[in-house]
Amino acid sequence: MPMMDFQGKQYEIDEDGYLLNLDDWNKEIAGHIAKLEEIDMTDAHWEVITFLRDYYQKYQIAPMIKILVKEIGKVMGPDKGNTKYLYELYPGGPAKQACKIAGLPKPTGCV
Amino acid sequence: MAKFTAKPNELSKIDYTPPKTHWLETPVEIREHMFCHAAKPKDLETVGFPYGREWRPNDEDWKLPENWKTIIFEGMRSLLKKYRSFQVFMDICVRCGACADKCHFFLGSGDPKNMPVLRAELLRSVYRGNFTLAGKILKKLAGARKLTANVLKEWWYYFYQCTECRRCSVFCPYGIDQAEITMMGRELTNMLGLQIGWIAGPVANCYMKGNHLGLEPHTITSSMEFFLDDIETITGIKIEPTFNRKGAEILFVTPSGDLFANPGTYTAMGYLMLFHELGLDYTWSTYASEGGNFGFFTTNDMAKRLNSKIYAEAKRLGVKWILGGECGHMWRVVHQYMDTWNGPADFLEEPVSPITGTRFDNARATKMVHIAEFTADLIKNSKLKFDLSRNDHLNVTFHDSCNTSRGMGLLEEPRYVLKSVCNNFYEMPEDTIREKTFCCGSGAGLNASENMELRMRGGFPRANAAKYVHEKYGVNMCAAVCAIDRVALSTSFEYWVPGVAVCGLHELVGNALVMTGEKERTQDLRLEPLPGKEVAE
Repeated sequence: MPMMDFQGKQYEIDEDGYLLNLDDWNKEIAGHIAKLEEIDMTDAHWEVITFLRDYYQKYQIAPMIKILVKEIGKVMGPDKGNTKYLYELYPGGPAKQACKIAGLPKPTGCV
Repeated sequence: MAKFTAKPNELSKIDYTPPKTHWLETPVEIREHMFCHAAKPKDLETVGFPYGREWRPNDEDWKLPENWKTIIFEGMRSLLKKYRSFQVFMDICVRCGACADKCHFFLGSGDPKNMPVLRAELLRSVYRGNFTLAGKILKKLAGARKLTANVLKEWWYYFYQCTECRRCSVFCPYGIDQAEITMMGRELTNMLGLQIGWIAGPVANCYMKGNHLGLEPHTITSSMEFFLDDIETITGIKIEPTFNRKGAEILFVTPSGDLFANPGTYTAMGYLMLFHELGLDYTWSTYASEGGNFGFFTTNDMAKRLNSKIYAEAKRLGVKWILGGECGHMWRVVHQYMDTWNGPADFLEEPVSPITGTRFDNARATKMVHIAEFTADLIKNSKLKFDLSRNDHLNVTFHDSCNTSRGMGLLEEPRYVLKSVCNNFYEMPEDTIREKTFCCGSGAGLNASENMELRMRGGFPRANAAKYVHEKYGVNMCAAVCAIDRVALSTSFEYWVPGVAVCGLHELVGNALVMTGEKERTQDLRLEPLPGKEVAE
């Protein structure tokens, strides 16, 4: 089982660096993963992360991009409610990169 | 694991020179980006698959059970006994090589072990050595070899570099079905817990929650709400579909990817709009919420267990028949296996379209109709009105999905529908469509992200054909009736031929469909402005 070292503690991760346990997540470790992903976290970045976490708690899956776009548009203003803006925040893709920082597992299947 | 960074111009330089050494003396090299991660033990345990453990394909030690050779030999013996096809395919190949250059993985990689004949030979050589008299006596002279840990690794590596697309079998003079051989190879490796995560995860999800993505009932309905909102924005029409409704005439089942992954979601919107316009007495199910069957990529028995859920739900709801959405391998399972495994579904009725009265006698056994047939029949009977100009911003081609074309002969219906809803339709070259279609490169459970080099190599021949029509006719949209295609081709085309997007058939139907009481449309199903309506936006 691969592990991630952070602040003297070990965290279980999968082969691609996603945290395995949802409850291991906190803002500090999110910041750490973001650094590894070379993302400078701003309020807008956190907005996405918070939404992803909340959605996951409710639905046990990361939201589809369509839902994320709508939500970010609502919170950050209509000019930000588009896929392009999300990719500006997370060049590695809102699904892959933002989910990783949010401590969510990778989705599988026909996706 | 390092990121996959190879550029298209590097990957397209393919070396077809075989290694200097004989294939038996060329050991397998398990390369990064060419294989999928191992299955998580918990996913194997969920469905009762054996030997779930932590292991990594590129580790030297795969932590095999001590008696692994016995397990393989006994497994092989039992599969040979159970499946006459397997026995025949082990015996009859004359190694003519007609299949060699028909495989998308060979064409994209140049690796001779991706020639279907040689991929099968990996298994045949062990079969000969242990199950034939000539092989036992003459050994190497009769093409036999011993089973070793390296041979097992070679099996695993190459049976997960085959998408079971069956293009090679179209060209085989004996009709040897390579997919059946890969399926047996995967059954054998599965006996040792050597499953991949991208398959085991969806199988466990489907077994526990009814679909590959693990969508729970409230997730499905909330996702649907989003589609309905968008449809209302586009058409002004409010649609209220039903879920798990007993007594509905028809149960509709589609891959869960359509409910959650772009661009499949637009296809789901198309279904909703069509059924609403028809006033169809149908229901969605949140239990049988998966048309696909990743169990089919593990063992026949697992595929049978997952398939049975659809029929159990049809029975529970008391529907007359089942309408199936745009999925690929779902249809190979339904068309070629379901009746043997779980049939006859005699508690259902032979499907009759309630709109046209057409009897789908081709679905007499399975009671399940493909939506392309259903819609083609509606159009043929003039039951739908279309405004084709709403698809005028698209120059469309059609990718035949391996399983619907070669697995059920669905060739004309999708084309008939496409030509009825689009003004601009162009075929890819003849050798790459219909029965001879090229695989998307990521089927049979290989659409993960860690095997991206494999996927791009396997996707190369299809993308190459798409590039041809892109350059010649300005094709900018490729329609496909399979959820794996829709996500796999999106990735492959972005890599090989940017400028060609991917959609489902019913997204284009939804665009063009003139609905009763709709407002003047200014947007397509992606909420992009329709041709000529850009200013109004």
